[in-house]
Amino acid sequence: MNIPELRDHLCAIHPDLCPLFSIEFGDGVLSVPCEKLYDAAADLRELGFDRLGMVTAVDHGTEFEMVYRLHSRSMSAAIFLKCGVSRDEPRVRSLVDLWPAALWQEREAYDMFGIEFEGHPDLRRILLPEGWEGFPLRKDYCDDRVVRRPDYI
Amino acid sequence: MALVDRLGQTLDSGSGGGIILTSVDALANWSRGKSLWAMPMGTACCAMELIAASFNKFDFDRHGTFPRPDPRHTDVMVVAGTITRKMAPAVKRLYEQMADPKWVIAMGNCAISGGIFYYDTYSVVRGVDEFLPVDVYIAGCPPRPESLQDGVLRLREIIATGSISPDRVREAVLTLPSSGAVSFGKRPGEGEAR
Repeated sequence: MNIPELRDHLCAIHPDLCPLFSIEFGDGVLSVPCEKLYDAAADLRELGFDRLGMVTAVDHGTEFEMVYRLHSRSMSAAIFLKCGVSRDEPRVRSLVDLWPAALWQEREAYDMFGIEFEGHPDLRRILLPEGWEGFPLRKDYCDDRVVRRPDYI
Repeated sequence: MALVDRLGQTLDSGSGGGIILTSVDALANWSRGKSLWAMPMGTACCAMELIAASFNKFDFDRHGTFPRPDPRHTDVMVVAGTITRKMAPAVKRLYEQMADPKWVIAMGNCAISGGIFYYDTYSVVRGVDEFLPVDVYIAGCPPRPESLQDGVLRLREIIATGSISPDRVREAVLTLPSSGAVSFGKRPGEGEAR
């Protein structure tokens, strides 16, 4: 199923999600408000997106953006699911109920960006050692141990 | 008698030739240098070269060096790869489990200095000598198995200067690498008694 077919299929079944769908760089993207993230994800799960390929986040400076990559084996299609999260209170509902694959992926997003996942059963650091201070992939992260690359290299 | 030949100047044949006198140090160093069992601390791509060195094309076994799965069996830890801050306590613990006398080879640029991860990283230890006493450094990204073999031969030269009595270390007899082109086939000092 190509992207326009996917859009038509999505719009026919879930008309409320249709205006949130867009095509960016040749990929289908569904950008939803964060309070509707879980419901939209559940709808997509029901639609046939049975595999969660990736969970990550982006620090845009003003806010974080959660990015989920969903795959459907029955439709041979893939879609990005995105939502913006405020930097002051980075909270988003966990998708572990829908895809157990989110367990470690959300832990990594918490580890690197400090995003709290509500409803995650075991939210602790996964890659960095216990007791690490700060979240290294935030743009404002500071660490005295980091040696800055000089300009001449 | 190969042993008699190798022990060289420390050897003193008794009258009649039936007795050999030598120092305990010379005998201990000779035997230690010939059976350096390796603890393969491979964490990154250098481990591929470390593995290649063990197999039949390069055949580390002919030097008496081969990897053992248990740190308690081993004499030399070959740190081959990037060590992160999370991995460092595990490496230190494995080092502490090795029985004395023990040595460390830092193989590859990551183990020497952090390598390409030296700048702009929050997670990588910049050189395994931050927490381990390193005896031999082997540069390369990754080094060839021949470099590792050369490193083990250099380590033997260091071991040959050791002593079993505390506070007594014999004068170093290390041969420095030549400044010119590397000559294959014959290393500096090869064939001489060590």
